Amino acid sequence: MSITKKVDRDKLVLGLAAPLLAIVAAVAITSVIIGATGKDPFHAYQVMVDYGSKSDSQVWIINKAVPYYLSAVAVAIGFRMNLFNIGVDGQYRIAAFFAAVVGGAMAMPGIVQIPVIIIVAMAVGAIWAGIAGLLKVTRGVNEVISTIMLNAIAGTVIGYFLQDGRLAKKEGNMIHTPFLPDSAHFFEFPTQPKPVYGFVVIAALVGVVYWFVLNRTRFGFDLRTVGLSESAAQASGVNVKRMVITSMVISGATAGLVGMPTLLGVSYNYGTDFPAGIGFTGIAIALLGRNHPIGMALSALLWGFLDRTSTQLEFEGYAQEIVGVVQGVIVLCVVIAYEVVRRYGLKTQQRKVGEELAAQARKSDKAEVSA
Amino acid sequence: MKGPFVRRVSTIAAGVTTAALAFTLTACGESSTESGGGKGKGVGLAFDVGGRDDHSFNESAARGLDKAMKELKVDGYMMTAKNGETEAEREQRLTSLADKGYNPVIGVGFNYKSSIEKVAKDYPKTSFAVVDSIAAGSNVESITFGEQEGSYLAGVAAALKSKTHKVGFIGATDNALIQKFRAGFEQGAKDTDTKIDVRSDVLTTNGDKGFNDPASAKEKAKGMLDQGIDVIYTAAGLSGNGSIEAISEKKGTWAIGVDSDQYQQPGLAKYKDSILTSVVKNVDVAVFDFIKSVQDGKPFTGEHKYMLKDNGVSLSTSGGFIDDIKAKIEEAKKNIVDGKVTVKTS
Repeated sequence: MSITKKVDRDKLVLGLAAPLLAIVAAVAITSVIIGATGKDPFHAYQVMVDYGSKSDSQVWIINKAVPYYLSAVAVAIGFRMNLFNIGVDGQYRIAAFFAAVVGGAMAMPGIVQIPVIIIVAMAVGAIWAGIAGLLKVTRGVNEVISTIMLNAIAGTVIGYFLQDGRLAKKEGNMIHTPFLPDSAHFFEFPTQPKPVYGFVVIAALVGVVYWFVLNRTRFGFDLRTVGLSESAAQASGVNVKRMVITSMVISGATAGLVGMPTLLGVSYNYGTDFPAGIGFTGIAIALLGRNHPIGMALSALLWGFLDRTSTQLEFEGYAQEIVGVVQGVIVLCVVIAYEVVRRYGLKTQQRKVGEELAAQARKSDKAEVSA
Repeated sequence: MKGPFVRRVSTIAAGVTTAALAFTLTACGESSTESGGGKGKGVGLAFDVGGRDDHSFNESAARGLDKAMKELKVDGYMMTAKNGETEAEREQRLTSLADKGYNPVIGVGFNYKSSIEKVAKDYPKTSFAVVDSIAAGSNVESITFGEQEGSYLAGVAAALKSKTHKVGFIGATDNALIQKFRAGFEQGAKDTDTKIDVRSDVLTTNGDKGFNDPASAKEKAKGMLDQGIDVIYTAAGLSGNGSIEAISEKKGTWAIGVDSDQYQQPGLAKYKDSILTSVVKNVDVAVFDFIKSVQDGKPFTGEHKYMLKDNGVSLSTSGGFIDDIKAKIEEAKKNIVDGKVTVKTS
């Protein structure tokens, strides 16, 4: 009983050490950087906390975090399987584009319309990611190369169709797909002064499903096994090739959701101003959240908080780029801190096992002598 | 390796979530904005990507504000957009400016269209303006330019100056605004020299990165030079600096600048002998006029087009490189102003 308690405490201390180490290091480095620009870092933190905790800031942060979170989950599905899907960016954009085209051409009640748009987006995202999966298992193409190429192809395909007279129309100096009908607008939570997007519910659901499938199903077990050791998984009867394609498809389908909060809640069309780059932010957030559903949610919120406060820092005379630097520093610190703590843990464990073995050996030596 | 970590993280996560929730609850109800606005703290100017020192589009707008600050004795505050921003960020920037009491608030760049519309509704007492787009709202002025007409003149100049009969166009992206530049340039070149070969290309097919990517503009320009193209017109904001740099490295080739008179830009002084002319978009005039109208108590609203005939766009002559073809350019200009030539917009 007492031993298990002690082990648990060790584990807890180690578990707390990593994020604490990361936060302390990130704050220290950031302070030095802000200090180097000739500004007071502590005042900056105060401004950020003050402004970020206001009610309208909170709404803003939550709304901003929703696509970040979905993107992180899409990336994390690949990560758990040792697949580096850096194509989430292209997947969500092409998915949102075709979903916007289909949605703009339909006029049906919302209960039909919204699911159709979401399903189209997931299907397009899945197909786009599936191409990379297929290339990997049939031709051995590294998914890092193929997904980043597919990003460029997605951009070009959208660029081709997003023209006046093709699948889009011109409005002043902007080109965008036809507006979705009112019935396709997603519900909102009427918070004050601005509403929270209803898509936050879908994001939470995605998080729960992600957790359940990975940790509580045979499929999730297979996926994690392949991630840890492909050959071991193969030996124990897992069809690795099929797992690669399936997980890429699921990752892509999740990526398809990334553009939905914007499409169904803000822009109601896909135009030249549709946000790009969320797929790459998702990689940082997945790293920061250690692929854990709650960890990623917190990181997405942290990212939103930093985004929100950057404008305010600018008003206080700080360089706007500071926040970008902070975000980079945090990710680096987290990755390094976890690795340092992991190695430390491994070393103590090895030492402990070594001591125990030595003790046993001494015991048996004594036994032999006395015999 | 990941299993135990996940479990550890979840323990910590639970703790942090509780703390975050407590934090959230205490702050509820208090908003950072008071929906005031209109207090007259000065002019709030929000730039597009590339920022004030892009030697081009944003800088032209900044000159307008600088002039207003000097001549009209108003205060001003400028903010810059980042690459890949979303609607939320633009809205926040404009809201912050309006809320802090800046009046008027000006969004420089077509990306600000929908955010201006939304924020203008929340701050009815503040005057807003958007450059390069048409936004709705009773307190919104929409400033647009006849880029195609200025670009037509650039096409004329390029066709007359090219020795290889090959000219090139580099656009930031393939949107409706950049298409105006391209269409005008192509038409002007072809009307002048029927045998001319015009190659047009864009830096990115969508997104705003093309306005802030001098490295890829440089590569694109090098590629064009290798094909024997000897006059290149770049309409891509800050990115244009890259193509001007590439062109300056090859003798006998010309760059055509955009938005500001790039020959006069101190930051580009090293390359100025390669800058044939610039299609100047007088954003500064438009911005100054608008600020003045607000100062005078009669803020402009609605659509306001600055065309060739209003001197909203023009072809710069500094450097004197196009003095020899001045007559032909004047003729082309007259044809457009008189309505004899209609320049296409896409």
